[in-house]
Amino acid sequence: MTTPLVEMRDICISFGGVHAVDHVSVDLHPGEVVGLLGHNGAGKSTLIKILSGAYQADSGEILINGEKVEIHNPRDARSHQIETIYQTLALADNLDAASNLFLGRELVTPFGLVDDDAMEAETRKIMARLNPNFQKFSEPVSALSGGQRQSVAIARAVYFNARILIMDEPTAALGPHETQMVAELIQQLKADGIGIFLISHDIHDVMELCDRASVMKNGKLVGVVDVDDVTDDDLLGMIILGKKPEGVDC
Amino acid sequence: MPQHDTNALPTAQKRGFFQTLEIDLRLLGMVGAFVILCIGFDFATGGRFLTPRNIFNLTIQTVSVAIMATGMVFVIVTRHIDLSVGALLATCSAIMAMTQTQFLPQVLGLGFDHALTPWITIVIGVIAGTAIGAFHGFLVGYLTIPAFIVTLGGLLVWRNVAWYMTSGKTIGPLDTTFQKFGGINGTLGASGSWIVGALATAAALFGLLNARRNKLKHGFAVKPLWAEYVLGGIAASAILGFVATLNAYDVPTRKLQRLFDARGEVMPEGFTQSYGIPISVLVLIAIAIGMTILARRTRLGRYIFATGGNPDAAELSGINTRLLTVKIFALMGALCAISAIVASARLTNHSNDIGTLDELRVIAAAVIGGTALAGGVGTIHGAILGALIMQSLQSGMAMVGVDAPLQNIVVGAVLVLAVLIDIIYRKRTGGA
Repeated sequence: MTTPLVEMRDICISFGGVHAVDHVSVDLHPGEVVGLLGHNGAGKSTLIKILSGAYQADSGEILINGEKVEIHNPRDARSHQIETIYQTLALADNLDAASNLFLGRELVTPFGLVDDDAMEAETRKIMARLNPNFQKFSEPVSALSGGQRQSVAIARAVYFNARILIMDEPTAALGPHETQMVAELIQQLKADGIGIFLISHDIHDVMELCDRASVMKNGKLVGVVDVDDVTDDDLLGMIILGKKPEGVDC
Repeated sequence: MPQHDTNALPTAQKRGFFQTLEIDLRLLGMVGAFVILCIGFDFATGGRFLTPRNIFNLTIQTVSVAIMATGMVFVIVTRHIDLSVGALLATCSAIMAMTQTQFLPQVLGLGFDHALTPWITIVIGVIAGTAIGAFHGFLVGYLTIPAFIVTLGGLLVWRNVAWYMTSGKTIGPLDTTFQKFGGINGTLGASGSWIVGALATAAALFGLLNARRNKLKHGFAVKPLWAEYVLGGIAASAILGFVATLNAYDVPTRKLQRLFDARGEVMPEGFTQSYGIPISVLVLIAIAIGMTILARRTRLGRYIFATGGNPDAAELSGINTRLLTVKIFALMGALCAISAIVASARLTNHSNDIGTLDELRVIAAAVIGGTALAGGVGTIHGAILGALIMQSLQSGMAMVGVDAPLQNIVVGAVLVLAVLIDIIYRKRTGGA
C-alpha cells in the first residue's frame, strides 16, 4: 500500500461539550476521490474544516505524505497545497472575480502594488478553461449567477496547483448543466493525480464520482467503504441507521 | 455601441456617454449636488459664496475633517465605527502643544521656535495617535469588544486626557513653523502654486496614459481615444482652475504693509501678493493620493475591502483579520494626529474644545461620500467630497444668516436624506 496523500488520525473536536468529531480517522490517496457522507450535523464539514485550517482539532494528528503536519490556520493549509471550495463559496461579494481568485495571494508589480491587470489576465485564462461562457470580469461577484460564482470558487482552488482539494457540497446550488461541468472537472483533476475529499449528502453524486465513501453519524465514523462494493441502500443504511453493511470490509 | 442600444432614448445615450468615460454615476451625482449647492448659496449671498476668498476659507476649513474621513472609510468598510476621532484629535493636539511649548523649549532647553521643534513635535504626535489607535484596534480585533463600545469609551477617555494634560487651559501660541500647517499662515504663493498645479496636471495625464498602456499590454478593451482626451481635459482644467482660484485671493494690502514695515522696507505702490495653495491642502491631497493607492493598489487595501464584503471569506483566504483591525485603527489614529496638526495650527493654539463633535462630522462625511455602513463599499475621494459638501452647507448657511440651531437641524436632515438617496440608488442599480 502506498503512503496516503492525507491521513487524519483519531481526530476529536468538541464545541461546548458537544463532540462534533469523535475519534475519526480518514485517508486519501493521490488521484482518488473520497466521499464524506452524513446527515446535517454529522460532523463532516467540521472534520474537513480541521484539514482546511478553519478549526483546530482538540486531539489527533494530520499526516501529509506520511509526515506529521501542524495546520493552525487557512494559510498553513494553503502552504501544504490544500485548497477548499466551501459550501458558502467564501467569496467577497463586493470584489470582482480576479480579486476573489487571488484573495490572500495577490500578484504584485515590482513596486509591491497589486497588479489588477495581470490578475485579470490570469483569471481570463483559467476561466476560458473552466467556464468559457464566463464574461463578467469587471463586475463584483454579487452580480454573478450561482453557477458563475461557483466557477470563481472552483477556479480559486484549481489555479494554485492544489494537491489536495476539498469540495464541500460543490453541486448543491447548481443546475444540471453546471453539475455536469463539476463532474467533468473532478475526473480531470483525478487524472492529474489530485486527491479530492467530496462532501455531499447526495448519494447519487457520491456513487458516481467517488472511489470510496466515509460515512459519519453524530460525530463518529460509521465506516469507510469502496463504492463498488455497496449499493445505494447500503450507504443509506450507514447514513441513517449508522449500520455497517454485512459482508463488506469497512 | 452594443446592438441593443440602436434605438435607445436620449437619456440612455447620455448614460452611454458617461459609461464610455468610465465615470462613476454616483460620484457624478455627488459632484452635481455640490455644484448646485455652491451656485444656490452664491445666489442667496449675492455672489459672496463663490469668491476666491470664500473658496480659500472653505478649503482650509474642510481639511481637518477630510483627513480623518479618509481613515473613517476604512473603519466603516470593515464594518466598524470610530466615535473617538474628535477626542483623539484633542489628545494628539494637547500632546503636541505641550511638546512644543513646554517640553522641548523648557525641559530640553531648545528655546522657542527652534528649527527642530515642529518636526519633533509632529513625530511625537503621530506616534501617540498611532499607538492609541492601535490600542483601540487591539481591543476590537483581539479582545473582540465591539468597536462602538471601545471608541465610545475612547471618546470620554481621550477628551478628558487632553483636558487633564493641559488643565483645561488654552496652550499657545504654537511654534511659528508649526503654524504653517494650519492654512492661511502657510501658503505656497502664486508661482509655487502654479508649479504644483503643473506637476499635478502632468501626473494626472501620465496616470491616464499609463493605465491605458497597461490595459493594451494585456489586450483588454480600452476607452476610445476621445474619451481619454475628455478625461484628461477635465482633470487638467479642474486642477489648474483650482490653482487659479486660490491664486486670485490676494493677501490684504494692510497685512502686506505690516510685513514690509516689520522688515523696515517700503512697500512699492500697487504691490500685490496672492496666497495660493495652503500647505494644509497639500497635506490633504498627499493623504488622499496615498490612501487611494492604499485602498486600490495594495494588499492591505484589498484585504480591508474583502473583509468588509465577507469577513468569513477573508478569514478562510488566510487573511489575519485581527491584525488587519489593529492596522486600520492605527491608521485612523495616525490620521487623527495629522488632523490635530492642521486644526491646532489653524487656530494657532491648542484649545480645550478642539475637535468637539468632529467624530460626527467625520462619520457623516464618509457616509455622505457613499461609504456603506453595511461594509465593503466606500471611496476616499467620496469621503473628501462628503466633507466638502458638509462644510459648504454649514458655512453657506452661516453666510446666508441662518440661525445656528437651524443650521444643525439642516445638516442632520441632509445626512439622513443622503443615506436614503444612496439606498434608493443602490436598489435601482442593483449594486451591492
